[in-house]
Amino acid sequence: MNALLPLGTIKVKAQGVNVHYGDKHALQSVDLDIRAGEVMALIGPSGCGKSTFLRCINRMNDLVDGARVTGSLTLDGEDIYDRAIDVVQLRARVGMVFQKPNPFPKSIYDNVAYGPRIHGLARDQAELDEIVMTSLEKAGLLAEVKDRLAESGTGLSGGQQQRLCIARAIAVSPEVILMDEPCSALDPIATAKVEELIDELHENFTIVIVTHSMQQAARVSQRTAFFHLGKLIEVGDTEQIFTNPQQPLTQGYITGRFG
Amino acid sequence: MTDMAETTAVTRTAETVAARLGRRYAAEARFRAFGFAAVAISIGFLAILLGSIVAKGWSAFVQTQVLVEIAFDPQVIDPDGTRDPATLDTADYAALIRAALAARLAPDADRSTRRDLSGLISSGAANQVRAMVNADPSLIGTSRKVWLMASDKLDMVTKGQYDTALNERQLGWLTALRADGELRRTFNTTFLTAGDSREPEQAGIWGAMVGSFFSLLITLLVSFPLGVAAAVYLEEFAPTNRWTNLIEVNINNLAAVPSVVFGLLGLAMFLNVFHLPRSAPLVGGLVLALICLPTIIIAGRAALKSVPPSIRQAAAGLGASRLQIVAHHVLPLAMPGMLTGTILGMARALGETAPLLMIGMVAFIVDIPKSPLDPSAVLPVQVYLWAGSSERAFVEKTSGAIIVLLVFLVAMNLIAILMRKRFERRW
Repeated sequence: MNALLPLGTIKVKAQGVNVHYGDKHALQSVDLDIRAGEVMALIGPSGCGKSTFLRCINRMNDLVDGARVTGSLTLDGEDIYDRAIDVVQLRARVGMVFQKPNPFPKSIYDNVAYGPRIHGLARDQAELDEIVMTSLEKAGLLAEVKDRLAESGTGLSGGQQQRLCIARAIAVSPEVILMDEPCSALDPIATAKVEELIDELHENFTIVIVTHSMQQAARVSQRTAFFHLGKLIEVGDTEQIFTNPQQPLTQGYITGRFG
Repeated sequence: MTDMAETTAVTRTAETVAARLGRRYAAEARFRAFGFAAVAISIGFLAILLGSIVAKGWSAFVQTQVLVEIAFDPQVIDPDGTRDPATLDTADYAALIRAALAARLAPDADRSTRRDLSGLISSGAANQVRAMVNADPSLIGTSRKVWLMASDKLDMVTKGQYDTALNERQLGWLTALRADGELRRTFNTTFLTAGDSREPEQAGIWGAMVGSFFSLLITLLVSFPLGVAAAVYLEEFAPTNRWTNLIEVNINNLAAVPSVVFGLLGLAMFLNVFHLPRSAPLVGGLVLALICLPTIIIAGRAALKSVPPSIRQAAAGLGASRLQIVAHHVLPLAMPGMLTGTILGMARALGETAPLLMIGMVAFIVDIPKSPLDPSAVLPVQVYLWAGSSERAFVEKTSGAIIVLLVFLVAMNLIAILMRKRFERRW
């Protein structure tokens, strides 16, 4: 768990990671360290491989036909793609929030309780209630939904749905949370709430967020990685990337010359 | 200069659009009219079809009865006075009815007159009288007025469907009976409670209904779990390779195979290899299950495909295993679609005749089946059998059976729609 690891320890380490989708070479030898307890933003133009990299970390690419991952990717020093690693267990440790809010068509309570239930994290109903309430609280949603936990999660507004998805992800107490453009389907107010939430969550979780909005990356992340055409161009402290990029490509992207 | 050129271009666009506008709206109106006409024609044909069936078939639910005063003559029923049930059971009740009719209509009847008299009353009426005596032996020695089931010929004449079924003398009696109010028409309970019979007035649809029910039950129990399991495996678990492609192509082909071929398969496998009982709903249900299976699998796969991938990703992202993703999320969401496919398959199975002829369900069976292992008819085969019978009275029975078949179908669809609604509301 994060609590045991000193801040700044390397949580996820990628070395020479390549991803092929059939004939397409989507990601080319990426080396990237993600430290415990930080928010790492992945930015870059569409199709640059940032989402692909994100999906390698919890092996969501396994679901894609013809996807092939090579190279070394470790979580706390363990190879994520090792045969000994069970993908179910991995995903319990590395949670994910998707671009489009995708609550299950079940009650709000059942949405949050689903992860703990399938992993058997609660010994009894009281403990499950506790987990659900804490998760909704942490996701900043409890006040809005506490009177209608039995109502369907799909009846919430877009921003509330996305926070429900975040609550659902943290209910499993993962170590890392991956966020794939979590605000791209939300209005500015809902976006502000989710960003606030990310800021609070990174005390307990390591967060990797893919975003199209450079302002968002600047607001929420401590470090930023810039991808272009399947390659990692530059990685560094967010402030340095945005104020003093080392690479001309990065400079071009953040000043809006392309992308 | 540029300004002017732009203005001209804008005007030209507006003019061109305006010029074509009339034609575009006309095409739209034409298309709507065609669509409306198509719907109207279909509804018209449907109305004609249903109208003719109901017009011909409603009278099957009505039966003529004749009021006869029967003297329960001890000499005929129980000459020794033992009241032994076996004796009561085997007595000649038809003779009692003949005597009663003769007493009422032709007191000094000769042989041929007596035959004409017997032609008025159903041969099943004797059973009715026997049942009365068996239930209450104290009737013996008394006389009582009883409504007896008329023969099919008398029935046809009173319904005005076949006026020459009776001869002059019989028509004269008919007039006399009618004048004295000794003729009535009642709801035909026999039609809904009896099995098949050679005598139209005694023939009923219940045996075929029970047979259809058992067959469809077997079909549902076999094809639904198999179909859902196959669809889930092929859609969610099977790798995409040459074998699964081959299987997919073959399933699609099977859906188009003429049903009689499945009947031959049933004959060869279920009857000749496994020696299952002939003419039984068990075998019929199995054959119909084979016919339904491709439909259910194809519809099931389509329903599974239509479940949004975001739901699968959400579950996978939380660490659900493949089986959990399918069982907890995908299958419940696909269930309404799968049920629709099953309804389609079952509706087809309910109407199938040809494959059932192959496995001997066309036999003439009077008894009501008590289990799926008993020989039985099914509704469409019953329609087929009656349509081929020579007695005039079977014409209305045929249409009556079709009405029952349609009611059965509508009821099944209704249940399925309600079930689907419930499944949908849960989500």
